[in-house]
Amino acid sequence: MVGHRGWRRWAVIVAFLAPGLVPLLLFTVGPMVASSGLSLLRWNLLRPPEFIGLDNYAKLLGDSDFHAAALHTIGFVMGYLPLVLIGGLGIALALNQRLRGIAIFRAVYFMPMVTSWVVVALMWRWLLDPNGGLVNHVLGLVGIQGPGWWTDPVWAMPSVIIASAWKDLGYVMVILLAGLQTIPEEYYEAAAVDGASRLARFRHVTLPLLTPSVFFVVVISLINNFQVFDQVWVMTNGGPAGATSVVMERIVRNAFSYGQMGYAAAMSWVFFVALLILTAVQFRLQRRWVTHG
Amino acid sequence: MDDAARRPAIGAAKRSHRSIERSRWRRRLGRGLFYAMLAAGGCVMLFPFAWMLSTSFQTADALLVPPPQLIPSPIETGNYAAVAQAYPLGRYLLNSLAVAGTSTILQVLTSAMAAYAFARLTFRGRDTLFMLYLATLMVPLQVTIMPLFVEMKYLGLVNTYAGLLLPSIASAFGTFFLRQAFLGLPRELEEAAFIDGAGHWTVFRRIVLPLSLPALATFGIFAFMASWNSFLWPLVIVNSPDLMTLPVGLSNLQGRYTTSWNLVMAGATVAVVPILLVYLVAQKYVVRGVTLSGLKG
Repeated sequence: MVGHRGWRRWAVIVAFLAPGLVPLLLFTVGPMVASSGLSLLRWNLLRPPEFIGLDNYAKLLGDSDFHAAALHTIGFVMGYLPLVLIGGLGIALALNQRLRGIAIFRAVYFMPMVTSWVVVALMWRWLLDPNGGLVNHVLGLVGIQGPGWWTDPVWAMPSVIIASAWKDLGYVMVILLAGLQTIPEEYYEAAAVDGASRLARFRHVTLPLLTPSVFFVVVISLINNFQVFDQVWVMTNGGPAGATSVVMERIVRNAFSYGQMGYAAAMSWVFFVALLILTAVQFRLQRRWVTHG
Repeated sequence: MDDAARRPAIGAAKRSHRSIERSRWRRRLGRGLFYAMLAAGGCVMLFPFAWMLSTSFQTADALLVPPPQLIPSPIETGNYAAVAQAYPLGRYLLNSLAVAGTSTILQVLTSAMAAYAFARLTFRGRDTLFMLYLATLMVPLQVTIMPLFVEMKYLGLVNTYAGLLLPSIASAFGTFFLRQAFLGLPRELEEAAFIDGAGHWTVFRRIVLPLSLPALATFGIFAFMASWNSFLWPLVIVNSPDLMTLPVGLSNLQGRYTTSWNLVMAGATVAVVPILLVYLVAQKYVVRGVTLSGLKG
């Protein structure tokens, strides 16, 4: 009895699942599994692969370029995160009011977010161009000799950070604004009745109740921005003199320029595991500072 | 007596009137300042776009001579033609449209179908399979990109449209998101349809899909923007200019034309305008789509 009806039922299930499941298996799950195997090989795709065990991982320990890239990546995130958090919070607080024209401002602040990294990187490379760029011209008007920005090893990473923060500000703003709007009006009224000042209301009502949104933004931003690549590739290409070389840039360069597929795969695994640990740590630490309603 | 008694009261009334007046003024001033600050911030966000547009209409000579002009004079409209002549800019544009369009349609369709299976069909191993779906959300492109490239190489798909497109025809995030939307739909209509003898496909197409249009639009726009803006995979898998999408084509343009910013900005403008149009028309869905996922495409 199971036979005919059971077969038809499974046919329906497979028909609905297969179009999405098969590509996912072929192009995400499969490569994920294969990647761990790949990291044990020496393979430039031209000659046959050679099994070398954990040599790629051992090599990573002594790869000073990779270590420098890891430090640059951390530096990027540490410059970027406070900028978007403080900026995004400020704008979200300003926009969280029933005033005319707020929707327009919100739309404008979000605009860079829909623009591709390549375009944003090009825009800022031009704005920050040491010769003829607008920013240095304006600085010159007030008597400041602008730096060499992306042509200067010291200023290249700050240039990338500025462009990145400019783009993502709107994203952080939208998330925090959504968080602000979930805070019930009654809490503010109760605090006002108790004679709490504006500052006290911000400190004891807004901030604690906003911590879940801030936590979300921090987790997502860290995952995304440790993988910073597009804007670096276009703005500085890792230069000058390797000053903006980041982990993703190392992975791509090793895999597709140096023909070291296995070595790049090993890098990507170390990096992936590091990100997993970082995220896990954040979830552990959240109990200390995130308010749960 | 009466007068004397009343005088302080009048004085108080006058004073309070004055202080109300003053606080109203202060509020107006505060609001004015507030708008001024928001507007200043808005200028910071808008200005780079304006500057890009302005530069794209400048002559090369005008760019070299300070001070920089926001309104170009003379207005040079030839930059667009110049870029299009040196680079297949139109081709990049068509490629981007075709790839983003196709991958969006396929992603919405495959995700909606799988989401229907997870939301409405019962079968053994469903929840385990769904957990697997969720787990793939964690997998970053940087881990899969090398094996994916090798796979494409063995399938003979390096430097083809298929190679460009295939990794983005299904989406675990879309499946998750649409399942959530389908679970929120009332079941009565579907049950009535089943009683009338409709099959799952009919119910899916005639009831579930039409009722979830906002969710489909939100995810569709997210998918479109992710594909339109995606850079790393197209950079790796395609190397002939005929197959390049706008972001990759643009990044090449810059390598050659480091000093010709008017040409580069013309190219950048071409890449930005379509996506800004989508944003203008469907702002609500764009903000929702980009915000919901939090993940870059």
